[in-house]
Amino acid sequence: MAPLLFQNARLIDPEKGTDAMGSLAVVNGQIVSAMGLDGATVIDCGGACLAPGIVDMGVKVSEPGERHKESFRSAGRAAAAGGVTTMITRPDTLPAIDTPEALEFVRRRANEAAPVNVRPMAALTRGRAGREMAEIGFLMDAGAVAFTDCDSVVQDTKVFSRCMTYAASLGALVVAHPQDPGLSAGAAATSGKFAALKGLPAVSAMAERLGLDRDIAIVEMTGGRYHADQVTTARALRRLDRAKQAGLDVTAGVSIHHLTLNELDVGDYRTFFKVKPPLRSEDDRMATVDAVASGLIDVICSMHTPQDEESKRLPFAEAASGAIGLETLLPAALRLVHAGHIDMPTLWRAMSLNPANRLGLDAGRLSPGAPADLVLFDADAPFVLDRSKLQSKSKNTPFDEAKMQGKLRGTWVAGVPVWPLD
Amino acid sequence: MSFRARHLLGIEHLAPDEITTLLDVADSYAALNRSDTKHATALQGLTQINMFFEASTRTQASFELAGKRLGADVMNMQMQASSLKKGETLIDTALTLNAMHPDLLVVRHSQSGAVSLLAEKVNCAVLNAGDGRHEHPTQALLDALTIRRSKDRLHRLTIAICGDIAHSRVARSNIHLLGKMENRVRLIGPPTLMPSQAAEWGVEVYHDMQAGLKDADVVMMLRLQKERMDGAFIPSEREYFHRYGLDAAKLAHAKDDAIVMHPGPMNRGVEIDGNIADDINRSVIQDQVEMGVAVRMAAMDLLARNLRARRADTSVMV
Repeated sequence: MAPLLFQNARLIDPEKGTDAMGSLAVVNGQIVSAMGLDGATVIDCGGACLAPGIVDMGVKVSEPGERHKESFRSAGRAAAAGGVTTMITRPDTLPAIDTPEALEFVRRRANEAAPVNVRPMAALTRGRAGREMAEIGFLMDAGAVAFTDCDSVVQDTKVFSRCMTYAASLGALVVAHPQDPGLSAGAAATSGKFAALKGLPAVSAMAERLGLDRDIAIVEMTGGRYHADQVTTARALRRLDRAKQAGLDVTAGVSIHHLTLNELDVGDYRTFFKVKPPLRSEDDRMATVDAVASGLIDVICSMHTPQDEESKRLPFAEAASGAIGLETLLPAALRLVHAGHIDMPTLWRAMSLNPANRLGLDAGRLSPGAPADLVLFDADAPFVLDRSKLQSKSKNTPFDEAKMQGKLRGTWVAGVPVWPLD
Repeated sequence: MSFRARHLLGIEHLAPDEITTLLDVADSYAALNRSDTKHATALQGLTQINMFFEASTRTQASFELAGKRLGADVMNMQMQASSLKKGETLIDTALTLNAMHPDLLVVRHSQSGAVSLLAEKVNCAVLNAGDGRHEHPTQALLDALTIRRSKDRLHRLTIAICGDIAHSRVARSNIHLLGKMENRVRLIGPPTLMPSQAAEWGVEVYHDMQAGLKDADVVMMLRLQKERMDGAFIPSEREYFHRYGLDAAKLAHAKDDAIVMHPGPMNRGVEIDGNIADDINRSVIQDQVEMGVAVRMAAMDLLARNLRARRADTSVMV
């Protein structure tokens, strides 16, 4: 494969924290110094942004079990089209990915069908039922990068603390969904004026803090490595800050939807805006944006959750939760840049470098030796999103017909172009 | 005359002049209903289907009678007994019915927002007969008509709504309506049955019934559902009646001419003392039932006029 030379590019380097014009060379799938490179294929970027590919922590590919909603092929194409070069997949499939054999299936299907890197997470407990520990050691050997029961909270604190203790002994990362299961049972919205007027079953924002408080106490007790999948409220962020100050091995993510939408977007029961946890107040949204800017929140993810029309075209409380996000993560995240809330290197730390570091991956960097997982995009180009044109099998995006800025020009994985398709 | 809506899904999106129009038309139907020949022809030739996904006797009977008095062909469908058990979705049910060309669809459903979801999929006019805890617009309209006829006005009144506000669609529709007509609305109930941040709705919130009833012109009691009585939301039925049941002693804090309302069916001895409910000088509960038919006639009449106008428009375009 001929070396590649990207010229006239606006290089976004989250590791160095820089955003400057320059060029970048790729040889044998790795980024190299551009000095003295001969015979390279030159790509003139025309001033467009070139950044490390997105590492999306928490993608649901509905395979096995619900391939009609999303397969590795369709999710892989959606990822390539969205600048996501590494999908960190969730184990909340049917059945759950809770054995080395199931994980082997995921890896095989991913290799066959997805043009981007796939690194699977595995279930923390069998069947995500919160009773018996999954085979954490075997699953790590088989390639699991983290362990999570996703939105199913391990309610029994004894089980959770044993899982954390065992995982800690292996250095495994546990990803949890901070939420008090009692308070949040049956909820479809965040309590407040809006949910009450619409007559929707709602959960207090306090439930997230309660869940996070419990988890942090167990991290303190067990010394485990912990990542909260989504922290979306101001009051939970204060607890996260305190845990980090105390030196606990705790990080947190947030979905792009909680950074760019609020509870009022639900409007007249629009179920494409039903996500888990439910969208929050504008004050909470701004608090999470500030937390990304300050680095308190480490990771932005798409929380890509495909749902078909049948499971969404129901009364709001009965409709399925979740929104797809692989293809809209980049332009939605650029809203935060265009609004002046964060700068490009900070955004790319949250979308690429931090998740890679947390999961022990080599990605997220532009320095020599790093894998040439790259995304080229025009940050300002405007467009109106048409959900029917998305690559995902499911089209449940809250951004349908939204005005967005930031068009993808190309995606490379290990120096190989994966988007656009020729 | 101004009533522009295509559906009657809630009070939230109605303008005050639309509410006044509805009540004026309802007044004329109230007169008709008291005459010997209770027939009009406003819905002649039209088909009205009542779809109740949640059991109801009173509201369904009221809608049925309203339709029949206006000459519509009325069909009742007991939805809880039929398609849902077979796994058909709400949307499919709506499409099936739509293919039968109804003109008016009266829908009750246990989920908030379900009626507006259904309204998106059909060509006819949809009336919300109650969706979850969201809205019950004809109940608020019949309450408003009852108040207007009793007090000779529907503004600058102090109206206390008491009981299980959190789970009540009647309360929400009434809060919208009474607020739009510039009344002072008070909500009274135990904190476990009061929505969080209810005070942000432009109402006054009371947990003490005596204080909340002080100088009220109208006392509107809400039904407490049986399943909420024991332990989960309130400790017991008798403690609830002691603190929040309407009896003569509590009612004495309201104005001397205050009227007492209840959307029915009542739990005598739980939220209201039987003697108060039966006191013809205070209770307007039977008037509410009477006005219910008139208001539903008015709502269906006005929606049918808009429906016919829209159909005439589109046929011109074709």
